[in-house]
Amino acid sequence: MIEKEITITNRAGLHTRPAAALVKTAARYKAEFLIQKDEFEINGKSIIGVMTLAAEQGSKLKLRFDGPDEEEAAAAITDLFERGFDEN
Amino acid sequence: MNTPHPAAGEVILKGIPAAPGIAIGPAYIYSKEAPGVVKKEITPDEVGSEVRRLKNATARSQKELQKILLFAEQKLGSQSAKIFEAQIMILGDQILMETIERRIADENLNAEYLVSDEITKYKKMMLAAHDEYMHERAHDLDDVMNRIIRNIQDQKLFSRLEGESIIVSETLTPADTVIFSRNQVLGYATDRGGMTSHAAILSRSLKIPAVVGLRNASRQIQTGNRIAIDGYSGLFIINPGEETLQNLERKANRFKEFEEQLTEIVGLTAETPDHRQIELSANIEFPEEIDFARLQGSAGIGLFRTEGQLLGLARYPSEDEQYEVYRTVADQIYPHRVIFRTFDIGGDKLVPETYQEANPFLGWRGIRVLLDRPDLFLNQLRAILRASAGKNVHIMFPMVSSVGEVRMAKEMVEQAKADLTKQGIPFDPNIKIGVMIEVPSAALLTDQIAPMVDFLSIGTNDLIQYMLAVDRDNNAVAHLYQQFNPAVLRVIKMTIDEGHRHKIWVGMCGEMAGDPLATVLLMGLGLDEFSVLPSMLPEIKKIIRSVKVREAKRVAEKALTLPTADEVKKHLISYMQMRLPDIPLES
Repeated sequence: MIEKEITITNRAGLHTRPAAALVKTAARYKAEFLIQKDEFEINGKSIIGVMTLAAEQGSKLKLRFDGPDEEEAAAAITDLFERGFDEN
Repeated sequence: MNTPHPAAGEVILKGIPAAPGIAIGPAYIYSKEAPGVVKKEITPDEVGSEVRRLKNATARSQKELQKILLFAEQKLGSQSAKIFEAQIMILGDQILMETIERRIADENLNAEYLVSDEITKYKKMMLAAHDEYMHERAHDLDDVMNRIIRNIQDQKLFSRLEGESIIVSETLTPADTVIFSRNQVLGYATDRGGMTSHAAILSRSLKIPAVVGLRNASRQIQTGNRIAIDGYSGLFIINPGEETLQNLERKANRFKEFEEQLTEIVGLTAETPDHRQIELSANIEFPEEIDFARLQGSAGIGLFRTEGQLLGLARYPSEDEQYEVYRTVADQIYPHRVIFRTFDIGGDKLVPETYQEANPFLGWRGIRVLLDRPDLFLNQLRAILRASAGKNVHIMFPMVSSVGEVRMAKEMVEQAKADLTKQGIPFDPNIKIGVMIEVPSAALLTDQIAPMVDFLSIGTNDLIQYMLAVDRDNNAVAHLYQQFNPAVLRVIKMTIDEGHRHKIWVGMCGEMAGDPLATVLLMGLGLDEFSVLPSMLPEIKKIIRSVKVREAKRVAEKALTLPTADEVKKHLISYMQMRLPDIPLES
């Protein structure tokens, strides 16, 4: 299992479009992908879950990857966050 | 003027006319309440068929939404259709569906109960957020949930709508408005909302009669009750009697005949019989409205509300996205001009970010937001400047209340120009800049503001509300919102006179500019430009082409001597009835 902490840098936070990009990327991997924000934990492959997080710019999230391709999944998702979903 | 006498059982409610036209027919009460869901246990060998019901219902829901999206794109353009994106994505959520399927198998419960249980969980979390955007997404969830449940129960949403109906509802979202317009909708009536709510604007562009602000109309009737709505005067009539129906039909015919006559003058200019050219242009919010505005004989766009682009977006559109919209509008209207008003957000207008205010109309809105958000402002200014290469683009600032704001806004324009010059991107270096006069302080400072700008446009909706201290969406005081109040007339006159003294033109883009009863008065006060709803263009043009400036001046001079709004109105009505009896008046 891999755990990462990240901060949201894109302006719109995890609103509709970035949420969709995140879920789409996560779906390419077998590894389970969970996102924790404050007391909530949701499945990172579920758009309804990611939308519910309503993570604003500057929010801190804890990401957890678990599965055979967890390394690749973690790398791809972290990259997406770091690029600010190409929205900045 | 034609107030009908109520017949037995007839009830007349007064609301705000939001989109012109008359509709008579059965009501369809639209409420967002979920279809009834009962928790039921199923036997283990029913699990397979229950999962199939869920899967079929989801597939059908997806098909329905795709159709709605396609339709919205055709009718409103792809930008506005984005409001449906979120719903389609939720329907495609594999994790959500797998969870529900697993629970059907594990807990042996029926599909609709579990759909409601799962989605409601997320909805509650969204509603707990203090964020307008999240609350809207919660409504999206509701819509999706109800759609799936309805499909599981195999009910058709609009089965009862297959005849023609008038939609009556507490409130309508832009999405509802569009969705319903696919059916045979005769009209819309809502308990809440004002003239400038998005649903009202959309119903005008869809050309469906609408009355809003009816307080509790939706609770006074039931689906199938016979009602009538009058979108000219804002009436909602329950069980209309014979006499009322005859009056309404006469009225509808009168407007229709008049509209037919008007088609002849669409191609003519707005020139008075004593050869004064008056600029007559259209107020629009979406590029898709240009065709209709042109068809109605518009000589240009006097107000393009750029905040329409924010509809349903969770973020501000990028410079490039904005440029695409502005360029399309500028190209399509060429060689006529378009005035882009920078984002007028705050107050009752949509914003991607939420800022809670006790008194939004006296708060963070219009130019105040833009000056506090230089990045956002510069992005928009650069996008507008890039669209100005054809030299038919003007910029206008909303909600200006001081000279300092005009100075700062102009500095921002210079900075945006410098950015583009550095990048070698072409634009109109002499782009014309104007301000809205819609705050009393700006009106009183017109002599200081006029020398700094190229034009002024009077925004009567806000100007009147601020001058008279009346919120016209507040039913208790709405009748005090008087556009013919002598104080309002004096401020309009002063603004026009000061503008002319400094050799700049003065226009008006508030609703008053599109009220046929006000046209002659405004001509007489010297207004140079009228910017109105596209549907009002031919009528206003006909009045301008019929009345000499000299004559209009006499009407205005008399009006300025009268002490009350009622007396001004009476004076104007009697003039119009004598001089232009063909023009249908509403008041």
